[in-house]
Amino acid sequence: MEHYLGIFFSVIFIENMALTYFLGMCTFIAISKKISTAFGLGVAVIVVLAITVPVNNLIYQYFLREGALAWAGFPDVDLSFLGFLAYIGVIAALVQILEMFLDKHVPALYTALGVFLPLITVNCAILGASLFMVERDYTFTESVAFGLGAGVGWALAITALAGVREKLKYSDVPEGLRGLGITFICVGLISLGFMSFGGIDL
Amino acid sequence: MSSSKEVLFSPIFDNNPIALQVLGICSALAVTVSMVNTLVMCAAVIFVCAFSNLFVSMLRSVMPSSIRIIIQMTIIASLVILVDQVIQAYAYEVSQRLSVFVGLIITNCIVLGRAEGFALQNGPYMSFLDGVGNGLGYSVLLILVALVREPLGAGTLMGYTLFLSVNDGGWYIGNGLMLLAPSAFFIIGLAIWGLRAWKPAQVEPADYEIAENVQYREAI
Repeated sequence: MEHYLGIFFSVIFIENMALTYFLGMCTFIAISKKISTAFGLGVAVIVVLAITVPVNNLIYQYFLREGALAWAGFPDVDLSFLGFLAYIGVIAALVQILEMFLDKHVPALYTALGVFLPLITVNCAILGASLFMVERDYTFTESVAFGLGAGVGWALAITALAGVREKLKYSDVPEGLRGLGITFICVGLISLGFMSFGGIDL
Repeated sequence: MSSSKEVLFSPIFDNNPIALQVLGICSALAVTVSMVNTLVMCAAVIFVCAFSNLFVSMLRSVMPSSIRIIIQMTIIASLVILVDQVIQAYAYEVSQRLSVFVGLIITNCIVLGRAEGFALQNGPYMSFLDGVGNGLGYSVLLILVALVREPLGAGTLMGYTLFLSVNDGGWYIGNGLMLLAPSAFFIIGLAIWGLRAWKPAQVEPADYEIAENVQYREAI
């Protein structure tokens, strides 16, 4: 249990998806002008990551890795080069299914997330988390903790940035730096702040 | 129809994908610690962007619009698999250091953004040029960042020593910040400032005007 909690917290704080690996930056910068929308997107990312990373883990373990097809009678087959195609397909399909499911059964959440769900398919944080999962060779349970933690960390980062930007629009920023430029510098400062978690040993 | 020269060169400074369109920042930051990684990454992005634009443009009249995103994703993912296999075969060390970031070209917003925004409306030749142009725009900013980060951080450029560091008996004390994540944000922020000071048309409008201070007594 401690091991899984370790993975969970280290991916939130020490190895934050957005601030340490720069994943999901496009949406991170584009949709962080208001706290409420940033939080909505953050929740959607948590949900999608918590589902896709474990599912991709199963696909990797039972279909793609070297020798994984032994159960089907092909012990020598190595399909890991198909990884990218498989993961992005799973992500796109799952986001689509999630959208239809929410539309039918949880309409309140669907209207709250509505706009953001399709955007998530092309969010690098989702594919990035799956690729990290493969690279670090996580087991199924570890991948659940990793996926959930990655989502929470990303949501935390985007909400924090939205908080900063909401205050920032009242300030007198030099002309050329206005908008995108100052946002980058703010993200850099937040990222510096998160680095102070780096000394924690879990 | 704009001329091919304009399509090729306008994304480099006038309509830079990173500095103005806010696309493809994800991978732009992580690979810029060393110049070699950056160059490999840039070549990969130019290749994928150009050919995905070419193929999407060739298929644009036969693709049903309801499933076009999936088709585009498949084209892009196949191209990235190709690039990844080539890099692993010929530059194994670099592929280890780039780790997941080659795979992340799939979700690089520049590639999908240009396929959606340009290749669906234009012919194959123009789309190919647009892909190369946007790849170049991405590369220019990345190389700029790497040019600041590698020499200041490690005192080297492409592995060759520029400033001999203290550890090897030289005089240069490496700036550790440049090797860490946040420095990339600062450098890109400042690069955008520089670009906008040069081309003021790109400056964003302010959300609020600061009112003139009319009550001088309060100010004093």
